[in-house]
Amino acid sequence: MTKQRDSATEHIVIIGNGIAGITCAREVRKKSAKRITVISGESEFFFSRTALMYVYMGHMKFDHIQPYEDNFWRKNRIELVQAWVKQIDPAAKKVELQNGTAISYDKLVIATGSQPNKTGVTGEQLKGVLGMYSKQDLEHLEELTGGCKHAVIVGGGLIGIELAEMLHSRKIGVTFIVRENGFWGSILPPEEAALINRHIREHGIDLRLATTVTDIAGDAAGRVSSVVTNTGERIDCQVVGLTTGVSPNIGVIENSGIHARKGVLVNTFLETNIKDIYAIGDCAEQTSAIGLRKPVEAVWYTGRIMGETLANTLCGERSEYAPGHWFNSAKFFDIEYQTYGWVFARPLEYEAQFFWQHPDGKKSLRFSFHRNTRKFLGVVSLGIRLRQEFFNAFLDQDHSIDTVIRYLRKANFDPEFYERHETVIQAAFKSKHQLHAQQV
Amino acid sequence: MSEHYQNLSLANPEANELSGSQKLFLALGLTGLFILVLALVNVQFPYKAIWLLASIALILVGVIGYSRASYKSLPGIHNNGVFFKSMSGRGVWAWSLGVVLTALYVFLYWLPGYLGLGQDGAGNTGLVGFFDPLSYFLNGHAATQWFVYGTLYTLAILAFGYKFILKYRHNKYQVIRTISVMFFQLALAFLLPEILTKLNPTVPYFSKDIKNMWPLNYYFFEDWHLTAMLKGGNLGKWMLYFGLAMIFIGSPILTYFFGKRWYCSWVCGCGGLAETAGDPFRQLSSKKLSAWKFERWSVHFVLVFVVLMTIAVLYTFLSSDANSGFITREIFTWGMVILLSAIIATIWIFKRKSLDKDARYTMVSLGVIVVGTMVLNFSMNATNIFFIDSNLLRSVYGFLIGAAFSGVVGVGFYPLMGSRVWCRFGCPMAAILGLQQKLFSRFRITTNAGQCISCGNCSTYCEMGIDVRAYAQKGENIVRSSCVGCGICAAVCPRGVLKLENGDRSTRFEQDPIQINRDGISVID
Ligand SMILES: Cc1cc2nc3c(=O)[nH]c(=O)nc-3n(C[C@H](O)[C@H](O)[C@H](O)COP(=O)(O)OP(=O)(O)OC[C@H]3O[C@@H](n4cnc5c(N)ncnc54)[C@H](O)[C@@H]3O)c2cc1C
Ligand code: SF4
Ligand code: SF4
Repeated sequence: MTKQRDSATEHIVIIGNGIAGITCAREVRKKSAKRITVISGESEFFFSRTALMYVYMGHMKFDHIQPYEDNFWRKNRIELVQAWVKQIDPAAKKVELQNGTAISYDKLVIATGSQPNKTGVTGEQLKGVLGMYSKQDLEHLEELTGGCKHAVIVGGGLIGIELAEMLHSRKIGVTFIVRENGFWGSILPPEEAALINRHIREHGIDLRLATTVTDIAGDAAGRVSSVVTNTGERIDCQVVGLTTGVSPNIGVIENSGIHARKGVLVNTFLETNIKDIYAIGDCAEQTSAIGLRKPVEAVWYTGRIMGETLANTLCGERSEYAPGHWFNSAKFFDIEYQTYGWVFARPLEYEAQFFWQHPDGKKSLRFSFHRNTRKFLGVVSLGIRLRQEFFNAFLDQDHSIDTVIRYLRKANFDPEFYERHETVIQAAFKSKHQLHAQQV
Repeated sequence: MSEHYQNLSLANPEANELSGSQKLFLALGLTGLFILVLALVNVQFPYKAIWLLASIALILVGVIGYSRASYKSLPGIHNNGVFFKSMSGRGVWAWSLGVVLTALYVFLYWLPGYLGLGQDGAGNTGLVGFFDPLSYFLNGHAATQWFVYGTLYTLAILAFGYKFILKYRHNKYQVIRTISVMFFQLALAFLLPEILTKLNPTVPYFSKDIKNMWPLNYYFFEDWHLTAMLKGGNLGKWMLYFGLAMIFIGSPILTYFFGKRWYCSWVCGCGGLAETAGDPFRQLSSKKLSAWKFERWSVHFVLVFVVLMTIAVLYTFLSSDANSGFITREIFTWGMVILLSAIIATIWIFKRKSLDKDARYTMVSLGVIVVGTMVLNFSMNATNIFFIDSNLLRSVYGFLIGAAFSGVVGVGFYPLMGSRVWCRFGCPMAAILGLQQKLFSRFRITTNAGQCISCGNCSTYCEMGIDVRAYAQKGENIVRSSCVGCGICAAVCPRGVLKLENGDRSTRFEQDPIQINRDGISVID
């Protein structure tokens, strides 16, 4: 700290080779000749966590979900160390690895991602009970698959439904236990949740809504054999997937003096309370939330944006994390989900919503706008692809819902020749909310 | 590394057992094939025509029934287990099929006698003889090995086209596109030429498949073929003019508006087979950077080869046959010099920036050498415009590219290297259309801003080995000369990131094609 290091030879150490850490490393390399080391325990090379399910389902091999060829890292002088970090020593500016060695840094980036939540239900430690986050989880699941006829998944969110689809693809019976009244009920409005509930059942998944698990029981060998629900029902199974959400994986900062709540606390510049230490991705928590966003955002693209932003800062151009308009996407079996802007499952008091559903029950659109000003606030779509640039531009420029509805044709991003629904939607909107003259 | 990954697919095989109806239809289809094998080993069938029809019907019913049993589940992406299955995952079945297909092509091209083609005027026997009734019925002649091949090829496109449509029944782009390739194969490539041959029994042979353009049809400009067309009455002349018009006018215009997909994945027979029968193998194409580098050299090498070969053959044709009434050698030579120089100059002046440095310099130096050689040989009044005997050039091309590459490697290696090996590394038509697509087309694949999760489905299932993800995750549009516009990347993307579009060229490379103001909004329509 006292000695001014030549910025070219400055050593940047990144813990975690997920999307956040790797984006940061790549962007720093693009902008500078600094020495870059990425330490990560889970895998030798960066892979796409979001695609783990496709490896299990046989759509791809593990190599396919690694976005860069193996020689990319050496070519770009990004040093990779496959090891677990035990702790951080900010005073000595070094990280200690579990294998006993230490690596010194000039600047340290914590990008350690998330870990699956524990539920606290008895029997969680039994063999055959697992979360679905890491490559090791996938390998573990693969081992368990052979002897598995029926599985129970606890927790109705994005990872839960992916796990259901995965097991289903291997012809394993699945009971999917969801605490809320509809799938992903905290985010999906009731009609959308109902649509997805139907689709899940249509695939032969035994979906249990408004249900919780009270006990996980095992056999003499310590292997899971059944679960018991709050209704007293016992369901026999050989695998239990616990997918009740994730939380920041921050064991690495213990005793380091770095402040944390749920995640590593950072300001909008992604700086922690200690100089030269930063946190990005799933493991970071904004000290005060940005707009309507949650302080911890465990999604792919925010990790990417944080990585890009921090790279600017590390290369001398201190930059604020500015994620832009909220968006997200997912796929529930065969139905794609996209959202832009904010649409709340239970509308806020200023929020008016317009919902349209296709008669086939597999497509829907929901628009949110301000009750009084008619300012467009957000959209949720199921089964129809939407153009992000379109909605970004509309949100940027504070356009009204009327403008959005009027230009809806241009928002469509479905493949050519797909059936179009704009005319019907426009008519439905008009009859419910009237189409006002084009103004903002 | 790979040791670990294999581990990941240990427990899978039993999950992919065949169902009862799958087994039944597989048996029916194999019975149909077995009849053909019996014919091949010279089993004598009474009522050959009926047995032939039965065999074709069994194969069709087998594939159709098997597909229906396989895609019973809800409409959606059906890629479960692709990399676990022996056939689609380079297992034993894939290798076996590869060997059988390769052998088939070797016999077709070089040893047709073993397939039963009558030698030295003798009648057909074996498999070729088995197809005689159908051949007499359609074109009035005895069958050749190429008739057998054409029939089975068409059968494959129809049967597996049906399978493909079922697999992608939720995706209208795929359905319409597949109906298109099935139609062009059945009507224009198979039936129409046969019927035209029957209606014009006296004219010499020339290609009557109007969609099979030069340079894919490399013999279009060969002397025997030109002569046959010129002597082929109205039909022959019409074929000649239509062919020329498609090469120089029709195809550039269509490519401008729609990209090369109008041909490669909607019309072409090679593409047709790749998209239907080859679909289970599309994921096997190499996505490595090194494969791309090799592709750029090899496919353009074939293009240059076919252009030179054609010029040489035409030159010889015009020298030997001064009164063919066509054009003179002088006009031809200077015409070619001007044409080649004009094309290269145009690209250099307007499109230099779209080409990589190595491509630019290769193009120009090659142009100088070629034009120089032509002028030199012409002024020496030589019979060969490139020093080498044009017949030699022609037979080398026919053997190496026409037969070995497009047939043996192109289809024989489907199960090992993917379905578009020929289209990607060897097809000169793909190279020309690709240049047009890259340099002046409205076609592009638009990326939906930030939605990409880098999962890799698009790259994996791109039969042309394009690393689509590399563009998508950066939010860049995909403008690649090799993209055949099959649309599978967009179909398999789980986040709705990709869209094939034709639109204003000025926005092709942009990341943000939207401008909105208070009066309106402009985006691609
Ligand atoms: C199954 C699944 C599906 C998902 N699907 C989507 C989706 O569709 N869309 C979306 O937006 N998001 C999705 N997500 C969330 C998304 O994957 C995460 O938000 C994202 O991967 C987080 O990236 P990251 O770089 O912050 O952390 P991670 O990807 O978790 O990377 C952190 C890395 O650091 C390593 N590490 C942690 N501690 C240490 C240590 N002490 N020493 C060494 N290494 C350490 C970890 O092993 C890990 O490899 C999904 C997540 C899962 C699990
Ligand atoms: S990029 Fe997409 S459309 Fe083009 S060839 Fe590949 S998969 Fe087909
Ligand atoms: S399939 Fe879609 S989400 Fe996956 S890498 Fe390709 S563009 Fe991105």
